[in-house]
Amino acid sequence: MLPAQPARKRSLDQRLLYETRLAYGAVAASLGANALLGFVIIAQAALLSQVIQRVFLGEATQEQVLPTLLFLLGIVGVRAALSYASGRASAQLAIRVKNALRERFTAHLYALGPAYRQTERSGDLVLSATEGIEKLDGYYRDYLPGIFSAIVLPLVILLVVLPLDLVTFAVLLVTAPLIPFFMALIGMAAGALARRQYSEMRHLGAHFLDVMQGLTTLKLFNRSQYQAETIQRITGDFREATMRVLRIAFLSAFTLEMLATLSVAIVAVEIGVRLLNGGIGFEQALFLLVIAPEFYLPLRALGAKFHNATEGKAAAERLYAVLDTPLPEKSSKDALPVPTALHIRFEGVSLAYADDTRPALKDVSFEIEPGQRAALVGASGGGKTSIAALLLRFAQPDSGRISVDGGDLACIPAGAWREHIAWVSQSPYLFNATIAENIRFSRPDASETQMITAAQAAGVHDFVMQLPQGYETVCGERGLRLSGGQAQRVALARAFLRDASLLILDEPTSQLDPESEAAIMRALERVTAGRTLLLITHRLSTAVHADRIILMEGGAVIEQGSHVALMAAGGRYAHLVNSDEGFSDES
Amino acid sequence: MNRDPLWRVLRLALPFWRGMALATLLGVLTIASSVSLMATSAWLISRAAQQPSIAELSVAVVGVRFFGIARGVFRYLERLVSHETTFRLLAHLRVAFYRAIEPLAPARLVSLRSGDLLSRVIDDIESLQNLYLRAVAPPLTALVVALLLTVFLNLFDPLVALVALVFMLAAGIFIPLLAWWGNARAGRERVAVRAELNATLVDYIQGMAETLVYGQTPAQVGKIAALSQGLATQETRIARFDALQVALTVFLTNGAALAVLAAAVPRIDGVYLATVALATIAVFEAFLPLAQAAAHLGANTQASRRLFALADLPPIVTDPVSPAPFPEHPALEIRELSFRYAAGEPPVFEAVALALQPGERVAILGESGAGKSTLVNILLRFWDYETGDILLGGRDLRDYRQADIREVFGVMTQRTHLFNTTIRENIRIARTGATQEAIEVAARQAQIHDFILSLPEGYDTFVGEDGSQLSGGERQRVALARVLLKNTPILILDEATANLDPITERSVLETILQSTVGRSLLIFTHRRVLLDQVDRVYHIHQRRLLP
Repeated sequence: MLPAQPARKRSLDQRLLYETRLAYGAVAASLGANALLGFVIIAQAALLSQVIQRVFLGEATQEQVLPTLLFLLGIVGVRAALSYASGRASAQLAIRVKNALRERFTAHLYALGPAYRQTERSGDLVLSATEGIEKLDGYYRDYLPGIFSAIVLPLVILLVVLPLDLVTFAVLLVTAPLIPFFMALIGMAAGALARRQYSEMRHLGAHFLDVMQGLTTLKLFNRSQYQAETIQRITGDFREATMRVLRIAFLSAFTLEMLATLSVAIVAVEIGVRLLNGGIGFEQALFLLVIAPEFYLPLRALGAKFHNATEGKAAAERLYAVLDTPLPEKSSKDALPVPTALHIRFEGVSLAYADDTRPALKDVSFEIEPGQRAALVGASGGGKTSIAALLLRFAQPDSGRISVDGGDLACIPAGAWREHIAWVSQSPYLFNATIAENIRFSRPDASETQMITAAQAAGVHDFVMQLPQGYETVCGERGLRLSGGQAQRVALARAFLRDASLLILDEPTSQLDPESEAAIMRALERVTAGRTLLLITHRLSTAVHADRIILMEGGAVIEQGSHVALMAAGGRYAHLVNSDEGFSDES
Repeated sequence: MNRDPLWRVLRLALPFWRGMALATLLGVLTIASSVSLMATSAWLISRAAQQPSIAELSVAVVGVRFFGIARGVFRYLERLVSHETTFRLLAHLRVAFYRAIEPLAPARLVSLRSGDLLSRVIDDIESLQNLYLRAVAPPLTALVVALLLTVFLNLFDPLVALVALVFMLAAGIFIPLLAWWGNARAGRERVAVRAELNATLVDYIQGMAETLVYGQTPAQVGKIAALSQGLATQETRIARFDALQVALTVFLTNGAALAVLAAAVPRIDGVYLATVALATIAVFEAFLPLAQAAAHLGANTQASRRLFALADLPPIVTDPVSPAPFPEHPALEIRELSFRYAAGEPPVFEAVALALQPGERVAILGESGAGKSTLVNILLRFWDYETGDILLGGRDLRDYRQADIREVFGVMTQRTHLFNTTIRENIRIARTGATQEAIEVAARQAQIHDFILSLPEGYDTFVGEDGSQLSGGERQRVALARVLLKNTPILILDEATANLDPITERSVLETILQSTVGRSLLIFTHRRVLLDQVDRVYHIHQRRLLP
């Protein structure tokens, strides 16, 4: 991982330019092709003027100028080849940088871990990793090479014009810097307006999306047919507001265009008048007229690429926001071997999440012995899931200590530790893959029989057999949308398949009806024989058979002990059990 | 009748032909100005070299200045007109497709429920707004400008005009063809690889916790790297095409000038040589956007095909020709109802029977995925049914107008959509023109009034994208207030509290039960919360409804 610190002092453009270090070959090729193009353009203009001069004033015949014309054709061929090379180099530059950034972004995200992911909207992260990186294409493929040619080409032309004609040189020299100046104006004043308008446009698109997403709701209330008028009205209002802004925003583009064409006109008139006085030769004058538009062309083209750059930069800003997030400190202590017995002990553990000043866990102490079934119970928001996050090493305690077999958990390498864990999250994720692949995710080398055994235990097998493609059915966002209950079962099968000594199940049956839940709990008994189980649930009935029940409220452990002991104690747990009808239904 | 989707989109754009024509004309004038600028300048210099009196040049000097200014002015006007037209077209397209898609909701749109696909529909509509600007206008402009130049060169010599025309045709036909061809081949593969890469990145990010716990990071990273490489290969192929197009344009532009010159040397007066050569170079500016136009045309064809494939679907449910009057006595009875989504698929449920008298409260218990929402959709006439009967007020449900049925049933689902507007407007959706008083009564019943008043903006608080500014309990209470404002005789709760934690769930459910005394209530749920407060409980078990 590259340190983010030195880069932070740079401006966004500098940072984006710095990214090209990985593709220096492409940058060199682009710059070189542009410089050569400059000379080819000059040669072409010079020869073209010469041919016309020879025919027009020198009375040369077609035969006499034909060799030069053929030679010119060759030059035009070289010009086309150079433009091809420059296009290829730009594309290569964009491809290289995009791949490198994608790799860095994805790696950094994992180094930051799930705790960070939860603070961001995961949809935004996905967007950054997919479309955000693609948006850089416009910056590296169009804008940056555009800048290269806008610097190199005019410079080469200026150098040639200088000894030829001082007046034209002066016209070019004075007008050329005005173009970047106006472009900067577009970038600042009108660009800000345009950007705001652009974001409003997206807002408008969002309104349309909102209506489409809520179409069923609108229909339920018999309101859907009126929306067409609303869409019409809002889009119309927006058009009027936007056009007011665009009238001004286009004005700076107008100035730019005007400057470039008027400069050509000035050059034409200026040399025309001097020709009249014999102050300049025809061939030279024509050369200047041919070269003048070529001088402004890359600068004008850059104006059109500005929009691409703006989009790319906005995307880059979001990428860098993630890449600049410092990584959590790695434990520098000596790595301990992974223990085998799994005697887990929380000793005065406290935890606060970065975006929240209230602690998620306050001075939590408990222990789970090897092979024990422990249940964490209590209302949501009580800190149960934070315990799981700590055990999974997604978070580190701010104070206190978690020990496993007496050794500090922080000293055990996370990857090796997780090899012993199976886990079902509160909202399990199903990958865009077949159901079989989703179950095998926890153990890719599991046999068909092992996979089906796990599926049967989790109650997956029956509904999978009803699907036309069985276990080969693709699920996830792009495949079959499983119901919440079915997804939970697949995740359970995944956890069962893994040969883990510690099972952490976070509300694994929240989407199931009482009968299915009971079946799962019976299967769980079998599957977890000889393993340690941590079951997180807000349903007290689910926890009743646990060896140890830990009741949490407000981030603290209120009571712990077996069901019988806690009932006998007549505390908070007993009170909750007595007031819960769902509980009496089941037991 | 032409069924080509692109043609149909163009027909949709027909009302805007005036704006489009004007913008095209301005585009032509822009390029004509720069051609004229170069032609006049070249003549000015050539003539000046013969050292005539200054008076002879004065018209050309004025012309050069005029064209120098005109180009910028025309370009400015062209951009204004084309943007104005594009915005008008977008509004028109949105409304047209909304009207076409609205009757399909929700049954035909089930497959679009995932946010991605719905966004694609919206992106597709948005991309069509550029059909004119990016795909139709450039070839039109190029055609007119090419004709103008041919006419102009013909004034000097027919052969010179012909040579220029050949080069322009080559640029106008070969370059777009090459772009089209390249896009059709490599473009499609790139789309496929990119979709695969994006899906993998979604898995990688959304499934981060699972991937870490199960030690699959190297496998996932390897998959992304391989797909990135695959994408790079496709992009390189496309870049080759793109670069080739640009190179070809450069070659044709400059080659045209040489050919015109070679043809003109023995045929026209030397003072015009520079004029014809530079005018020819300048005209090729009109051909630059053609490659992009071809790509846009391809993309727009895809987009319009997708849109019309959706919009052309017949609605699943249509109103009867002579509808029954609004049911006065809203008793509901379901007899022997069976349902499957399509022939050949397993039935969702079989032989369901259920009766709900006015004022009765009935709960239906079943696991998520057991078909509860399907039953709700059938009752609301979002889906049609074939086997069995549903009677509302003693008449077949299918005899009523859909709008009337939705006045009978009020529905609250697990995630009722909240619109990104104020709380007031979100509640008011239930009844247009409801007074603030009526809204507050509903909010009080839903026990959300005090909370709303505690917000700095009160009822004018914006709820955010799909209600994201509210907690789960708050948004369900807003949704409840909305249903209560609608004041329907039958209220259906479809897992209305399933997303809430048990304490909030219990309190929201209690509010619902209190605020709907006297109305029929049909509760679909997978949890046994407060079920002792209803009249009857049914279970959905293995596709059947059991008492």
